[in-house]
Amino acid sequence: MDSPGIVIAFYMMAGLVLGSGTLVFLARNLLHALAFLVISFLSMAGLFLTLSADFIAMAQILIYAGSISVLMVFAVMLTPLASRDNGNTIYVLPGLLAAGGIATFVGFLALDTSWSGPATDFTTTIDLIGNLLLGKYVLAFEIASVLLLFALVGAIMLVQTSSSDHEEGEGG
Amino acid sequence: MTEIYELIFEIGLMHYLIVSGSVFGLGTAIALGKRSAIAVLMGIELMLNGSILALLAFSRFPQNTSGDAGLVDGHVFVVFILSVAAAEAAVALALSVLVYRKRETVDLDRINLMRW
Repeated sequence: MDSPGIVIAFYMMAGLVLGSGTLVFLARNLLHALAFLVISFLSMAGLFLTLSADFIAMAQILIYAGSISVLMVFAVMLTPLASRDNGNTIYVLPGLLAAGGIATFVGFLALDTSWSGPATDFTTTIDLIGNLLLGKYVLAFEIASVLLLFALVGAIMLVQTSSSDHEEGEGG
Repeated sequence: MTEIYELIFEIGLMHYLIVSGSVFGLGTAIALGKRSAIAVLMGIELMLNGSILALLAFSRFPQNTSGDAGLVDGHVFVVFILSVAAAEAAVALALSVLVYRKRETVDLDRINLMRW
């Protein structure tokens, strides 16, 4: 962990994550906030790479920066008459107070504890993750797959436009 | 002087936990304070990302090496968080599109069907 490249990469990525996260809060247009959110996800994937989590970094790029952001663009585009203003409610002050409280609490906790343990370097994590997913955590893996299937079927069922002849009075 | 040097240039668990808590707090502020339902979802995704960073940091710097917990269990938890986040985003965005069809808005202040 002593090589200067890792230190420079950590500070760059942490600054990008926090800076673009702040810009998600400050942007006036909802689509601009979404673009800053994608930048934040990508630099978070860079932070995962400095933690030598290669598979999770790729999954972060594919799932978060790829599919979830595209889903959000779809949701913005499918609501064309709604306001694209990224405005605040009256709860923004309690929200900011809660944010400052959480950040300072975790920060003091991290600074005050004497963390032990050497860093473990993985050459690759994919085979270890695969063995755990199909061995120790196979039940949770199956439940997660069923959950994904039900969520996607439910999402499709929610947004489908009901045809007038045989689905009268259901949804829509 | 050398302590401050180590604090800044020895990247350890502490640095990642500080970034993780800051990202989680930022997500909390966005989720609580924004008017649009889609912006609230963005805040929730930022909160999930912060917790993922904490899990990966604890997996990189293990504190209890005597137990039988493996080294990449945190990575497996992150895989489950990613799949649940994808499912949650799909369902929540479908719900916001459905609310838009009824009310022509996704403004959370103006969705007051259950107010008496």
